[in-house]
Amino acid sequence: MSKQATRVTVNGKPHARVVDARLTLADFLRHELGLTGTHLGCEHGVCGACTVLVDGRSTRACLMFAVQANGCEVTTVEGLTPDSGLSVLQQAFVDNHGLQCGFCTPGMLVTLTELLRDNADPSELEVREALTGNLCRCTGYAGIVAAALDAAQRLRNGSGS
Amino acid sequence: MKPAPFDYHAPRQLEEAAELLASLPNAKILAGGQSLVPMMNFRYVIVDHLVDLGGVDDLRGIAVGDGWLRIGAMMRQRDLEVSPEIAKHCPLMAEALRHVGHRQTRNRGTIGGSLAHADPAAELPAVCAAYDAVVHLASIRGIRSVPFGEFSAGYMATVLAPDEMIAAIELPIWRLGHGHGFHEFARRRGDFALAGAAALLDVGAGGVVRRAALALFGVAAQPLRLDAAEATLTGKVPDAASIHSAAAAAWLVEPISDIHASGDYRRHLAQVLSARALADAARRAGVEV
Repeated sequence: MSKQATRVTVNGKPHARVVDARLTLADFLRHELGLTGTHLGCEHGVCGACTVLVDGRSTRACLMFAVQANGCEVTTVEGLTPDSGLSVLQQAFVDNHGLQCGFCTPGMLVTLTELLRDNADPSELEVREALTGNLCRCTGYAGIVAAALDAAQRLRNGSGS
Repeated sequence: MKPAPFDYHAPRQLEEAAELLASLPNAKILAGGQSLVPMMNFRYVIVDHLVDLGGVDDLRGIAVGDGWLRIGAMMRQRDLEVSPEIAKHCPLMAEALRHVGHRQTRNRGTIGGSLAHADPAAELPAVCAAYDAVVHLASIRGIRSVPFGEFSAGYMATVLAPDEMIAAIELPIWRLGHGHGFHEFARRRGDFALAGAAALLDVGAGGVVRRAALALFGVAAQPLRLDAAEATLTGKVPDAASIHSAAAAAWLVEPISDIHASGDYRRHLAQVLSARALADAARRAGVEV
């Protein structure tokens, strides 16, 4: 029973696999499904780079086994991205220098997607608090916070641009 | 950074889970996994069997009875944080939860997992200590109920037998309108606290304290109730001076020294944070201090 069947819907597409029970959801996404947008920094739940949405809730994919996601809906950074171009939040990151090396960016985008879904008009403090679980070593966070606030405003205006 | 191989079990019923824990050798319970899985990834913990309680419905839910609140052990920390029942009857827990890890870990982490893991700097055990919670433990032998004061068995250890699981946590409800206060100091938001304090004050007619509870965490192997501080405040109208003298009881604790902070610094924090938590509790109970 160290091998186990798991059925996970990822970015709207169902996948059924038989996997090692010890395979983390992050490695499942990257190695089984080839969705390498989900990054792995620390593999022990500190850096937040591997954050994905599991049934709509931000989750560290390195701290969850793929077998635990059986029956769940998972959204990765690939699922946040439109077929062409960038999402409002992604474009706001570009416009506000919200990324440099880009390693932490998938986790940042997933975390902020959850925040902006639940809170259309967050304060700077609320944005910073939401981001405490995501480490960035390039930007000093200022650009990321600005991007989040900018995206919130664009989404409220409904312009999307 | 990959866990050692194990067999995975996902019971749907409490009885089935208890049977698995009783029969499987070197088995460990997987609750939210936010402490266990890092330890498995580091191979600090190597198990032969993992029993995932995520699918056991009996371990979920919040029930409010006459004078008590019962929380299923597998309730996610985030669900408790936003629960109207918790906010109404157990506001100290709602406030404490905002300091537990990060939103991403609270989305998975459970109250039962936090109590069973028993990190000395964890917030939820301190809340349970302040409320004199009762922990209900389930196994194939049935349920046994342990007062929280007897639940700890030293540093990161509890009285849980290897085949037992936490089924529920029962908190005696304090009178509506009681005050609460929660303060901790951590170098970064979401880090384990160097020290913290959780306070409850029930204030009656004329602002007189009818009942007080003060629990410290991060300063000893398990949460500490400061009986002396509670006695100092009970029966009197709290003011800045009495809160200061109650918090001074924290000078008597002998905290651990480690790479993160010296024992002396932790003792200082315990006193300062106790005073802040008690002052918040008094204000929320309607007494200006």
